[in-house]
Amino acid sequence: MDRLRVAIFDFACCEGCQLQVVNLEEEILDLVDAVNIVEWREAMSEQSREYDMAVIEGSITRPEDEKRLEIIRTRAKTLIALGACATIGGVNKLKNNFDLADVKRYVYGKSANMPHLDSAPTKAVDEVVKVDYKIHGCPIDRKEFTYVVRCLLMGKRPEIPEYPVCVECKAKGNPCLWDYGQVCLGPVIRAGCGARCPSSGFRCFGCRGYIDDPNVNAAKDVIERYHLTVDALKGKMVLFGSGQGPTNA
Amino acid sequence: MHNNVNINVHHVTRVEGHGNIVVNVADGRIETLQWQVPEAPRFFEAMVRGRSYEDIQTVVSRICGICSITHSLASTKAVESALGLEVSEQTDKLRILMHYSEQLQSHILHVGYLAAPDFFGAPSVVPLVAIAADVVKTVVRVHRVANEWSDLLAGRTTHPVTLRPGGLTRIPTEKQLRQLKKTLKDTIPDLKVIADAVLSVAANIPSFERQTEYVSLKQTNPPAYSFYHGGVTSTDINGQVIPIERWHEVTNEYVCPQSTAKWTKWHRDCYAVGALARFNNNGELLSPMGKDAAKMFGLKRGCCNPFMNTVAQLVECFHVIEASIALIDELLTKGLKEEKVSSVAKAGKGVGCVEAPRGILFHEYEFDKNGSCVAADICIPTNQNHANIQKDFEKFLPEILGQSENEIRLKLEMLVRSYDPCISCSTHMLNVQFVR
Repeated sequence: MDRLRVAIFDFACCEGCQLQVVNLEEEILDLVDAVNIVEWREAMSEQSREYDMAVIEGSITRPEDEKRLEIIRTRAKTLIALGACATIGGVNKLKNNFDLADVKRYVYGKSANMPHLDSAPTKAVDEVVKVDYKIHGCPIDRKEFTYVVRCLLMGKRPEIPEYPVCVECKAKGNPCLWDYGQVCLGPVIRAGCGARCPSSGFRCFGCRGYIDDPNVNAAKDVIERYHLTVDALKGKMVLFGSGQGPTNA
Repeated sequence: MHNNVNINVHHVTRVEGHGNIVVNVADGRIETLQWQVPEAPRFFEAMVRGRSYEDIQTVVSRICGICSITHSLASTKAVESALGLEVSEQTDKLRILMHYSEQLQSHILHVGYLAAPDFFGAPSVVPLVAIAADVVKTVVRVHRVANEWSDLLAGRTTHPVTLRPGGLTRIPTEKQLRQLKKTLKDTIPDLKVIADAVLSVAANIPSFERQTEYVSLKQTNPPAYSFYHGGVTSTDINGQVIPIERWHEVTNEYVCPQSTAKWTKWHRDCYAVGALARFNNNGELLSPMGKDAAKMFGLKRGCCNPFMNTVAQLVECFHVIEASIALIDELLTKGLKEEKVSSVAKAGKGVGCVEAPRGILFHEYEFDKNGSCVAADICIPTNQNHANIQKDFEKFLPEILGQSENEIRLKLEMLVRSYDPCISCSTHMLNVQFVR
């Protein structure tokens, strides 16, 4: 059987999710045996226009990038959004909370109107083209990446958790960060990361996006119990989740 | 001599981000020769305004996946300076140890995965597995060691979750540090294997030279080969040190039409940063094994061959391992203790400066009395190299114009790669285009 032809593309992002694929270390040698990676600019000079699966990293921030993505979509049977920038817009969406002209002027000053510096409001990949699968997180979890690839190679639909980070955090026996005065988004954010941040004593900042049906009332109860403000919570939610709706896996 | 050469490398491969090389030679005359950066701008400085001082690191870490620890440390130092927070000696040492892990990870990624295929004449590391399986596996092993080391100190490999203004949320145990020390010692023979492999193909490193200014951190009290403390120095100011707060005098950023990333200049029309700059400014302070590695490749201070930056990175890998082992010993001798971290919002302005694997990095923030960010300014290393890359092109192309178009393209791509550019950082970049 011909191996699945996979191409990896990056848009506006830090390329940290691609790096997690490199960070599979020894396992990446197995991966390149199992699938045929035909294009991956960050790691290879080889390029191709024929692929079965396109993996998209990054947010879409310019009209020319929308066009490039649309072309990739027509060529790929399956399209995967890789990482928070692609699945929910990620930190790039913070920009959308400002007036775009002001943002450009702030960074580029008098040169802000030069055509090559143009930028549009940030979009997640599924705001431009149909996305078949999402691998959440900033950065993605390597194990989840290989799990999804394995499922797809076997023709199975990957199971992505539909419960909040708190579930995984409690299972690990971590002390609750709310008890330590941290505004943690665990109650409303999709699990699957193994509660990596709270396990290091760092609040969840929501990189995997909201669960499909967040229990908003429970979150409100928590805020009240700890005498914190809704504004403080919103301030944290905006980091990765500006203008974000449900994040159907 | 070719009368007509048209190269248009759109999105140079095996670099972090998007960059283009455009060459157009007509009747033996160079009409266009450009290093372009078309990366989508991301506007971090504008986006962090209004965010709490506690959230700055979480946002700006995302400037770069490869050097997220460096961006996190620079921003955390800047926030601490703005709020007047002092950190303990233990925190300082653990952060430096965390920073070293990223230098090794990034350098090995560049030397082994991104640059090495050029030396072996392969399009990527994948076919290299067939040519030199053992060496590739050694590279992978060292890369894994570096990443697990980052995991231990930073909470995970990419985008740290242990840094808080004033300290760390979690520290390793003494047992874990002892294990890390052993792992690092065991990594030295692997590094030697990699160095030998690179040495065996060192003849493929072009012997191009161009005098330029090299800018890096310099630590004088006590003198050390620094990635984390000190002020700014350059090969044009005789070892003088400028306080990091005066970094704008160094970078003099400006917008250039061929790039979405800003360019910089100091005493000349361009300057270079990175491992070679650090080596040229601080080489005498390298660890013994670092010095040996430099000698092995004939790398001497004053080197102005940009292709040798990759070798300087390899030299730094040895230094970083040796320096880390010494640092772990210091930490273990004193014993680790849990420390409480707390901070209070306060108005202020602060600068943080550290060396990213690919060169010196500046972060500056200003906060209001509620600790909300009102201004941000960041200058990343790859931006500081863009003008230098362009000037290298202008000297290098006439020297290689007699070669085939393919050769020329490869050499120009190699030149860009040797800077280990991080174009997402500088916005994003790499692509060579020969215009037809």
